[in-house]
Amino acid sequence: MTILDTAERHRNIDSPNPLDWISAAPAAEVATRAPAKARAYAIRIQPGLVLAYIVLAIALLWAVAPGVFTSYDPVQGLPGQQLKAPSALHFLGTDALGRDLYARLVYGAVHSLSGAVAAVAIGLFVGTALGVVAGSAGGWVDHAIMRLVDILLSIPVLLLSLSIIILLGFGTVNAAIAVGFTSIASFARLVRSEVVSVRRSEYVEAAFGSGGTFFKVLWRHVLPNSLTSVIAFTALQVGSAILQLSTLGFLGYGAPPPTPEWGLLIAEGRNYIATAWWLTAAPGIVVVLVVLSINRVSQAIGRAQR
Amino acid sequence: MARYIFSRVGQALLVLWATFTISFVLLQAMPGDAVMVKFQNPEYGLSAEQIADIRAAYDADGSVVLQYVHTIGNFITGDFGYSLQAGVAVSAQLAVNLPSTIRLAGLAFATAVLLAVVIAVLSNISGFTRLRSFVLSLPSLFVSIPAFWLGIMLIQIFSFRLRLVPVINPGEWEGLILPVLTIAVPISAPMAQILLRNIDEVLTRPFVSVARAKGASHAFVLWRHVAKNAVLPVLTVAGVLFGELLAGAVITETVFGLNGIGSLAEQAVNFQDVAVLQAIVVISAAAFVTINLAVDLLYPVLDPRLKAKLGGVA
Repeated sequence: MTILDTAERHRNIDSPNPLDWISAAPAAEVATRAPAKARAYAIRIQPGLVLAYIVLAIALLWAVAPGVFTSYDPVQGLPGQQLKAPSALHFLGTDALGRDLYARLVYGAVHSLSGAVAAVAIGLFVGTALGVVAGSAGGWVDHAIMRLVDILLSIPVLLLSLSIIILLGFGTVNAAIAVGFTSIASFARLVRSEVVSVRRSEYVEAAFGSGGTFFKVLWRHVLPNSLTSVIAFTALQVGSAILQLSTLGFLGYGAPPPTPEWGLLIAEGRNYIATAWWLTAAPGIVVVLVVLSINRVSQAIGRAQR
Repeated sequence: MARYIFSRVGQALLVLWATFTISFVLLQAMPGDAVMVKFQNPEYGLSAEQIADIRAAYDADGSVVLQYVHTIGNFITGDFGYSLQAGVAVSAQLAVNLPSTIRLAGLAFATAVLLAVVIAVLSNISGFTRLRSFVLSLPSLFVSIPAFWLGIMLIQIFSFRLRLVPVINPGEWEGLILPVLTIAVPISAPMAQILLRNIDEVLTRPFVSVARAKGASHAFVLWRHVAKNAVLPVLTVAGVLFGELLAGAVITETVFGLNGIGSLAEQAVNFQDVAVLQAIVVISAAAFVTINLAVDLLYPVLDPRLKAKLGGVA
């Protein structure tokens, strides 16, 4: 192995997103060297996959049918119920306008989750397209696209999304676009490496040899076989997108105030940090639980495929 | 070797140039005249002289190509234009804010390294499997915590509940304790994870078995044989860690109301101060590229095995 190979190998974990290099690249590296060891290691650090699925199911149900989980209104406050501590009536307490915090969390799920899914969809589609083109075309096209990816990866994720926000303006959709944009490069790099390895395989050569056109072979053989490891990575990205969106929401660049978006809830609760601890604690715990669960599930998917 | 250095430096410069170009194109996507009208707004407090300067700096009357050449020349000489919101040169703002951010990030980095090493050591020397699995699950917990929320929780617990660290008018260093922790904890997680993985991997190597066969204790093997081999690969993520530090700074400075590059970036977005954000983006990309370049060039120096291989190739 030359030093250039080593540099190339390191670049796999160069993604600005730490989640990318924790599970995706190094795990694969360990797996190639000592598969049995890697598997044992992964199983050891992974308690409560079932719990993770339960958390995600609840979060999804919150997003789909919030009315089932709470009878309170998430936007309209109750008079005389301002800043009540958690009790049997409001079991996560109320905010400064007398709104039930639990209701706001339940109704906020749809904003946080759909934003994250939209963001990852952008990264997945654009990144996959770029990666497939780069990996299958090769030559200068490959070179140009991968240099572009390098550039995107050299800008810290948060600054990249702030640059998009400053261009597009504030709002739920713009925040999702900004977060999605930041994941394009890592998707492109992953898909490209998959495509390159699939392209070298014999059945693809055979498909070309038996008269398949470029796009037909791409669609029928290269793409489906390249997507397996992308799925685990996609799940992982959803968790990271939720974190990034909540950060943008917290900074005030996401949904405007009456919206019960999770990051915004924490930002609003911040003014009552000395008197009403539940306003910041509860939304944060929800975000942590959901992201943690997504990461667990992603790990499980990744292992099942290996 | 000289050829390798040359090509790596060239690549780094290319990435930097492209980053600037992309940010320039994005800046041009902003309606140009509107930007100029903004500059002339008396609220920004720019003198006629400064406005003329800005027009000259951006070559507002010339073609886009001329503007591009002009701006790139200005960036190379350290002139980043004027801040819309503050009405002063961006370079002056950076000079004021950079030291505090560097101090914050430096302290946070040191703390993160310490935390990561403690996690790695604890999970390797503890005999209790339960403690080990708990320590091993820490990194994945840490990366799932939103940094801004962590900051708020630290304020809540340590300042308001336990009254250990004052948040209102704290001393200069006292005020840094919680911000440093806020940045350090999320960064220590991936570091610890890489460290743990490396330690596990190095422990399978033959020289470890040899050392054990000679009667070395587990602690001795870890310290004498494993530590060096496991720490080195962490260097390769230095660039990524830098990005994380910077993102951490943006969030922490906002949460704790500190001055620095992070709060500068946040205000730039709030006031659509494109010149400021562009300067921060280009500078941080430059730092990222420089760090990666330094790591790539230093790695063979630190790891003699690579140097030998390189010598064989070149």
